[in-house]
Amino acid sequence: MKYIDEFREHSLAQQLAAAIKQEADTDRTYRLMEFCGGHTHAIFRYGIQDLLPHNVEFIHGPGCPVCVLPMGRIDNAIELVEQHDVILCTYADLLRVPASQGKSLLKTKAAGCDIRMIYSTQDALKIARENPDREVVFFAIGFETTTPPTAVAIKQAREQDLKNFSIFCNHVLTPSAMQAILDAPEPVSIDGFLGPSHVSTIIGSQAYEVFAQHYLKPIVIAGFEPLDVMQSSLMLIRQLNTNRHQVENEYTRAVTRTGNVKAQSLMQDVFCLRDEFEWRGLGLIPKSALKLNENYAEFDAELRFQLPAIKASDVKGCECPAILRGAKRPVDCKLLGTVCTPENPMGSCMVSSEGACAAYWSYGRLRGAKAKRLSA
Amino acid sequence: MCLAIPAKIIAIDTTNDRATVSVDNIQVEVSMALVDDVIVGDYVLVHVGYALNKIDQDEALKTIALFAEAGLSSAP
Repeated sequence: MKYIDEFREHSLAQQLAAAIKQEADTDRTYRLMEFCGGHTHAIFRYGIQDLLPHNVEFIHGPGCPVCVLPMGRIDNAIELVEQHDVILCTYADLLRVPASQGKSLLKTKAAGCDIRMIYSTQDALKIARENPDREVVFFAIGFETTTPPTAVAIKQAREQDLKNFSIFCNHVLTPSAMQAILDAPEPVSIDGFLGPSHVSTIIGSQAYEVFAQHYLKPIVIAGFEPLDVMQSSLMLIRQLNTNRHQVENEYTRAVTRTGNVKAQSLMQDVFCLRDEFEWRGLGLIPKSALKLNENYAEFDAELRFQLPAIKASDVKGCECPAILRGAKRPVDCKLLGTVCTPENPMGSCMVSSEGACAAYWSYGRLRGAKAKRLSA
Repeated sequence: MCLAIPAKIIAIDTTNDRATVSVDNIQVEVSMALVDDVIVGDYVLVHVGYALNKIDQDEALKTIALFAEAGLSSAP
């Protein structure tokens, strides 16, 4: 497929690996955080870590919206269908995420509640049009990539006068999470960031300039294909070797400095900042998430159904929170591959196709464990 | 969740801001509400039923050239 196959080309990967090996200084380590779960999966699926020297390490970041959603929000969604009898429309990733009391949206659906897996916000609007006598709630989740499609749906719901449509809003902001990681009381040691691919198509590379300037960390916006990840790692190594800390863009075929201005203005028109929002692993982060602004508040399911804030505890022993901060690796979790598997997940990082635990399970769960034994 | 795939625009319906795109010969209809100035034959990144951005062919070729260049610098 065009724009995919060229970026997975084997001989170029070998050449890039040789360049990285040659340029990486053997007297130091390079700890690179890939912010996005999409990058984590590319690294494992294509065996990129094995192509790089041992002193170039990837630290897995929190860029997986399903993983960072606190369990209480899934409990809220279950309350919507169980107590308010709504049709809940959700992206597939959320269905198997563990909720309190051993529940999940999938189990709730199996018990007879009306939960529908959708591909697009357009599908949710269609369901609302076809069921005028039912309340239809869309479980809105995602970083800046997924937020503009929700904004379009809200504007269309207004135009089409869909009074039975609302959203349960869980949209979160990438720069806030990056800042929380860098400002943590015991920050994880990170030398540079592989910046998001598709979030950056919307917000532009300029959104990260403050981190390069203030925290003196190099950031390279990287595409999701394996050669993109390797080239971006090489660009980070070159910055670190020359003591530079700039925002560079490897993914120029889709990302500009200013991003998608049309999508940004749609988001600004429909959403406003929450004062604070809880993230699994990162805690309460001020101004890190969105809600519908006053003008569109009639479409806010939290207000329409007066949903309470639910505090829920993660499963005991689940290391998802530390893994999301980059403080631990999935192989450090005792539950990984024993009681926690994709069929029976204990934590969200095993559920999502962007979760770090799911990447270890699918593509190389023993790789990190072996290294750990050797160094022990 | 942020995954998006490159798709070629094969028809645009301006009356409802939608387009038919092709991914590896599979055709789907997507919303064009987030992009301006695209024409039939352009490639766009498709995410949850929406075209997010146009893919810049010249920049794609430049990036591939950079991969090869990095390889040259490491040649023995």
